[in-house]
Amino acid sequence: MTTTFRRLGAALLASTLIVSAASAETIRWARASDALTLDPHSQNQGPTHNFAHHIYETLVDRDVEGNLQARLATSWEIKADDPTTWVFTLREGVTFHDGAAFTAEDVVFSLDRARSEKSNMRQLHVDVAEVIAVDDYTVEVKMNGPAPLYPNNLTNTFIMDKTWAETNDVVEVQDYAAGEDNYAVRNTNGTGPYILQSREVDVRSVLSINENHWAEQKPAVTEIIYLPIADAATRVAALLSGEVDIVQDVPVQDIERLSSTDGIKVETGPENRVIYFGYKFGDAPLASSNITDRNPFNDPRVREAMELAVDRDAIKAVVMRGQSIPTGVANPPFVNGWTEELDAYPAPDIERAQALLAEAGYPDGFTVTLDTPNNRYVNDEAISQAVVSMLGRIGINVTLASRPVAQHSPLVTNNQTDFYLLGWGVPTFDSAYVFNDLVHSKEGSYGAYNGGLYSNPELDAMIESLGTETDLEKRNATIAEIWQVVKQDRVLLPIHNQVLAYAMKDRITLPVHPENQPLMTSVTFAE
Amino acid sequence: MLAFIIRRLIQSVVVMLFVALIAFVVFRYVGDPIASMVGVETRLEDQEIMRDRLGLNDPAIVQFFRFIGNAIQGEFGISYRLQQPVSELILSRLPATIELAFASASLALIFGVVLGVFTALRPKSLFSAGIMAASLVGVSLPTFLIGIGLIYVFSVELGWLPSFGRGDVVDLGWWRTGLLTESGLKSLILPAITLSLFQLTLIMRLVRAEMLEVLRTEYIRFARARGLSQRAINFGHALKNTLVPVITITGLQLGSVIAFAIVTETVFQWPGVGSLFITSVQVVDVPVMAAYLMFIALVFVLINLIVDILYYFVDPRLRLDGGGSGK
Repeated sequence: MTTTFRRLGAALLASTLIVSAASAETIRWARASDALTLDPHSQNQGPTHNFAHHIYETLVDRDVEGNLQARLATSWEIKADDPTTWVFTLREGVTFHDGAAFTAEDVVFSLDRARSEKSNMRQLHVDVAEVIAVDDYTVEVKMNGPAPLYPNNLTNTFIMDKTWAETNDVVEVQDYAAGEDNYAVRNTNGTGPYILQSREVDVRSVLSINENHWAEQKPAVTEIIYLPIADAATRVAALLSGEVDIVQDVPVQDIERLSSTDGIKVETGPENRVIYFGYKFGDAPLASSNITDRNPFNDPRVREAMELAVDRDAIKAVVMRGQSIPTGVANPPFVNGWTEELDAYPAPDIERAQALLAEAGYPDGFTVTLDTPNNRYVNDEAISQAVVSMLGRIGINVTLASRPVAQHSPLVTNNQTDFYLLGWGVPTFDSAYVFNDLVHSKEGSYGAYNGGLYSNPELDAMIESLGTETDLEKRNATIAEIWQVVKQDRVLLPIHNQVLAYAMKDRITLPVHPENQPLMTSVTFAE
Repeated sequence: MLAFIIRRLIQSVVVMLFVALIAFVVFRYVGDPIASMVGVETRLEDQEIMRDRLGLNDPAIVQFFRFIGNAIQGEFGISYRLQQPVSELILSRLPATIELAFASASLALIFGVVLGVFTALRPKSLFSAGIMAASLVGVSLPTFLIGIGLIYVFSVELGWLPSFGRGDVVDLGWWRTGLLTESGLKSLILPAITLSLFQLTLIMRLVRAEMLEVLRTEYIRFARARGLSQRAINFGHALKNTLVPVITITGLQLGSVIAFAIVTETVFQWPGVGSLFITSVQVVDVPVMAAYLMFIALVFVLINLIVDILYYFVDPRLRLDGGGSGK
């Protein structure tokens, strides 16, 4: 409680006094939602990680191009004589905000905490057998088998100070079922470029520059005021009225107006997230269709007809106001395995589509229900509405069932939908992540979001081999082969990749980050 | 007297239990809380383990009684979204909502009464006709539209007032107030107007109708005949009798102002319990939703209880034991 008072006092002071030198720059940064918690291993969620990246640091992370870069680790390689062990060399001379030195024991502690039972990050570290500190600046991570891509899983796994965690009794991750909250939910001690000064959940958080940060390049922004504003219209109004400097979640319908407003500019860029439709495979008739003796989607000609009926460019122009990147593959362009050929998509051809449907035995089309989320992706419901009318032109009469994502996503994971819209981001930047969850048969830890229950044993074996194949050339060949089948078979119906837009005052530049995790250290000011 | 109060208290408890039951049934259909608590990488087995830990796999009846048992102790568990104790969350958000509700209620009451009296005394004037027409607009425009409109005019175009938030607050230890700082007061203006408009028009029309009614009564004519000044008649005799029903309605409306604050708080990012509730609904944060609904029910039950007890003192007919209550 007393810390809250001190922090409040500090915040009030900070807002009334000029903090430091004349070069001090404060950024008021608004987005739709707040970080859920400050405990770095308890939630695996974009806005939460985004906020944490300013306070805590990871061994490796991604630049705005999507490439891995060194952060608390300076180098990482597979051990020469043991393909199942990764060796990380740590940065020296790094200190936590409370002055404690950063060493290998903190990395061991943090990785163990991140893969503990209550951690929501544990899925990313499921193949880790053991983490060992070799010396103060070398850590070995022993895997259960060869894991050539393990560093990709570390970009959101933050490092805490072991001593601080023990002192404040936060060795364990917050447990929802417990009766009280954990110190780490509200307090932080990281190595990051900014130090938390005050935090009022859903209202305002204030961060100030960490003068002792290891990076040679000092960031231009010395103070961050983070302001969650849930309502899109209010968020945009706050930028227009000059009350905030950067707005992260800009609705597509406002982009044009903001771009043409004096003193405001909009940065756009592709997001690592593809929007696609899935449908039910298998012989069993669909639950929501008038065809009761077989499953129309199981016929490849029907799937082809649907792809020819969908006009991706029209969706881009009309629904997305130009803010999308139409695609023919359910894989964002940053991801290993993406190619131009895969990305190509056929021009809409209604006549051909109708002929294919007739050939498949549905000259009069059929009916089906489409399940769509309405609060998760950019204009998700509007995309579904557009596709409903496009499919209507070839005689497929679709009933739209729209729900909030909290009700939509269980339909997909419990296979209770015939036809659905979903979005998929690829945090590992590798195709295996897409295959594991969307293409592999639903069994064990595979195929969680394969709501259409597509099942191809040959592909399954190939997908499983990707996890342990250390010969990267061979591995990439397998990935290409799998994509070939997925595209030919039309396992999914991809529509487009989302585009991110950040709006800001025009003397500020904040480049778009493909994972929507911009760091305020990357902000530059025009003189 | 005591018997009456005890009877009303028992009725209140029954109402609260009913609200709890309805809330509990509704939560079965708002979606899967686990879905918004885990990332897409989380294995389905792990999700199952989490469900078990949270007791979501127990029979509904067991869950319900556990919920009631905890609620009686003021224990609503931990928010799924923010991982903080729910009772603490609600208490920390309450001051913002209460300040907003009282500011709006005061605005509605003052302007409602003044304009109501004016339109009753000068029913033919152009100004009254304008006010009556405007009041129709105030009643029929949705709250969020009024809010966005005000933001556009006063924040974006004129730059006079903040478009969101509560400004700087002062922590008094048990209460965080925004009424002691300039930015806090400035921030209060737009949301308070937005929230008060509906109530204001309601009170205004009520006052006007009552006043017109009273002005036609015998004793007012008699007062005129006695040669009392117009002013003494209007404000001494007529207004006093007009205000009795207005006070009752205002008391009852206070509950709905607190409940109606949801939309206004969302539009202005006002950090009260209403916006907390909306955010919680979006991610199926069941503990917070349950606590909020119970809290709103409690507000209504308490207000009704107080009004009933006051009537009991005011209206002698209620004191006949065995007589039906609440006629």
